[in-house]
Amino acid sequence: MTMQKPFAITLDPGSSLANKTGTWRTERPVYVDRLPPCNAQCPAGEDIQGWLFHAESGDYEAAWRHLIRDNPFPAIMGRVCYHTCEGACNRGKIDAAVGINSVERFLGDEALRRCWQFATPAAESGRHVLVVGAGPSGMSAAYHLRRMGHSVTVKEAGPLMGGMMRFGIPKYRLPRNVLDAEMQRIVAMGVKVELNTKVANLTDAMRDGGFDATFLAVGAHIAKRAFIPAVDSSRILDAVSVLRSMEGEDQPMLGRRVVVYGGGNTAIDMARTAKRLGVTEAIIVYRRTRERMPAHDFEVEEALQEGVMVKWLSTIRQAGEGALTIEKMVLDAKGNPQPTGEFESLEADSLVLALGQDVDLSLLEGVPGLEIKDGVVQVDPATMMTGHAGLFAGGDMVPAERNVTVAVGHGKKAARHIDAWLRGTQPQAEPKKHAPATFELLNPWYYSDAPKTVQPQLEIARRTSSFDEVQGGLTEDNALFEARRCLSCGNCFECDNCYGVCPDNAVIKLGSGKRFAFNYDYCKGCGVCASECPCGAIEMVPEAV
Amino acid sequence: MNAPIKFYQTGTFTVGNRLLSAEQRSVQASLERNNSLNSGHRACQGCGEALGARYAVDAAMRATQGQLIAANATGCLEVFSTPYPETSWQLPWIHSLFGNAAAVGTGIAAAIKVKGRNNLRVIAQGGDGGTTDIGFGCLSGMFERNDDVLYICYDNEAYMNTGVQRSSATPPAARTATTMAVGTEPGAVFGQGKNVPLIAMAHEIPYVATATVADLHDLEAKVERAMGIHGARYLHILVPCPLGWGAASNDTIRLARLARETGLFPVFEAERGEVTAVTKIRRRVPVEEYLRPQKRFAHLFGPQGQSHMLERIQAQADRNIKRFGLLDTESAQ
Repeated sequence: MTMQKPFAITLDPGSSLANKTGTWRTERPVYVDRLPPCNAQCPAGEDIQGWLFHAESGDYEAAWRHLIRDNPFPAIMGRVCYHTCEGACNRGKIDAAVGINSVERFLGDEALRRCWQFATPAAESGRHVLVVGAGPSGMSAAYHLRRMGHSVTVKEAGPLMGGMMRFGIPKYRLPRNVLDAEMQRIVAMGVKVELNTKVANLTDAMRDGGFDATFLAVGAHIAKRAFIPAVDSSRILDAVSVLRSMEGEDQPMLGRRVVVYGGGNTAIDMARTAKRLGVTEAIIVYRRTRERMPAHDFEVEEALQEGVMVKWLSTIRQAGEGALTIEKMVLDAKGNPQPTGEFESLEADSLVLALGQDVDLSLLEGVPGLEIKDGVVQVDPATMMTGHAGLFAGGDMVPAERNVTVAVGHGKKAARHIDAWLRGTQPQAEPKKHAPATFELLNPWYYSDAPKTVQPQLEIARRTSSFDEVQGGLTEDNALFEARRCLSCGNCFECDNCYGVCPDNAVIKLGSGKRFAFNYDYCKGCGVCASECPCGAIEMVPEAV
Repeated sequence: MNAPIKFYQTGTFTVGNRLLSAEQRSVQASLERNNSLNSGHRACQGCGEALGARYAVDAAMRATQGQLIAANATGCLEVFSTPYPETSWQLPWIHSLFGNAAAVGTGIAAAIKVKGRNNLRVIAQGGDGGTTDIGFGCLSGMFERNDDVLYICYDNEAYMNTGVQRSSATPPAARTATTMAVGTEPGAVFGQGKNVPLIAMAHEIPYVATATVADLHDLEAKVERAMGIHGARYLHILVPCPLGWGAASNDTIRLARLARETGLFPVFEAERGEVTAVTKIRRRVPVEEYLRPQKRFAHLFGPQGQSHMLERIQAQADRNIKRFGLLDTESAQ
């Protein structure tokens, strides 16, 4: 026995590492990725949790690049998306939902400020795809197809890119320089856009252009009408035309008192636009109640703040000279409005109808295999392909909820399937959706307390007299703060909890960005790691007996 | 508006945090942590004591750059870590008797002084039995002589190693093998037991602190602080025991957290007999939430439940909250 042992050690000790306590285990912890509710909700299929992860560390370019894998319009989305993701956000159950939309806008604006561009494709496929319509759906498809290496030509009937984002959404919600910049970035990738080029006959256009596939996204631009008996001198307009004319030189003549008929977002946009044009009174007439209004509540709220008035439970029976005849309604047991026979008169210099829009389907005449139902083109919801092989469609002209985000999602989905169709393969199987990361799977104790940062809003006085943007953006500090409110539901964010809380040192830390692994030689299966994982990224699985 | 926003998602609640600078992360988050109590030990699944010991000794190892010797009392910690010829300890470690860990620590400290190895430091550690009952005389002697030892008590509130017998740290109403859940006052008797952190403070030693395995940053900071001081120091760590408490193995940290959040286990620091800091309750919860998941308190609940005992335990928590000022005024309800 020599005395070369460490101080205070006299025996040669064996190590307990010889004792593989993993044999005790009846359940094993397994790292999982779960689907965060925001991602599950996003109509454009964004990996919101994924891009917030980069934003949390202040790497905004990485965040933006992660975001644009799914959606090329962060600055637009950050303004016009109805962000249903925030309604699903688990943080809403703790204090307030993460301001996903405002961080997205910050990233989009940051990208414009720093002139970040899209990468051009690494290789050309040699295939040529026609996209009809330069709205959100068409341009989203063009972007994704171009990324995959296809040549893309977009034919647009209007004089400018943007579709309903330009001709439907008022400037105070989406400044045109932002819209232009995000459109132009797609052109810079090598997408060819032909403006003022209406496709009158699709079959001819496809054949003459030698296109290998086509994506149709012409939108819904024809205003629905309602029969309202009127005298010659009454002024009746439709909201689509009025909003469209806002893009031209001449401002529409609305008079001093404007009545808008309808309860959707377009009605709200119309009334708020009228206010900004200087009308004394903008009154929305809607046949149901506020609870039943299809318009988004925050927009209704903003409109009311700006002085827009609403006559609930009312229909317009007749348009006379300078006045309308309104009939009061009541809701029946099913919630449908029923006439009461009570009438009143409402002064109005003009009446603007905002009763919904139809699709102009004239270009589809003679295309074989197409199915048209309820005024929209039927597609296979899994692929966005119509009944005509190689012809895909999306956006407002197919059966779906009509908004920009849904349209962008259609463009992305269609692009994937057009690519697969061109290659004659199945699209790369979308990775199986992970199980949802519900609130119950989280351990909210670990998150710091922090209420939501509120985006600055233009003061009321300024916003009713100008078309300046209503919602301001976040400062960098605020955006960082907001991003860091993300709980990273269901996806490891390397907080080291599992590595720290294991009583048996059975968690191996693999280093920054590489997450962790379990050492099943020693893991006894106590489950402390799974219970103390803040974001629910560890699952306990029974051992096979 | 221009003040930089300091918000780091999970702050220091989690073991690590990629958004914090390396110095702000815990010892346990580091790849270089010592793992002083290594894998392969025979502690039960979810053992709070094994976790607490690694937390505390790793922090002491870092604070002393690895120049550390540990004396260990008999108890679970000793038994599960060193069945001959194996050891889980990755530092010089000695076990002598159940009751003399503090005295062994004193002896090592004296030997270090004689040999002039002044960079070496000593910790002595044991469970609540070896500390509050059997080793109490030696501990009090170590305190009154102000010997240069940090004594760490891992308190799991009974003699778990020998089959869950009551110790003087067992809380009232808890069922143990020697305080059965029978009669009109089932479980451990109210009004018995002792509070060793307060007794340590009465010795007016340089440093006394309490901690739990649920707040790692706090625990490590206290160890580091203790190792920065010479003289007698005492750290009392609450370590839930799934076996003895009749709790699920995955609830160990949750229970330690609830012990603090109810006010039943006040977390504080004291210097020379004066309380200098308390950890405030973040989300106050009634004691029931802490007691209900533990089978040792099962007789308090259900149709035959002893609600009057529950009220007495709540009163005890309320007294702690008042006595130590555990609630921020704005969060006081």
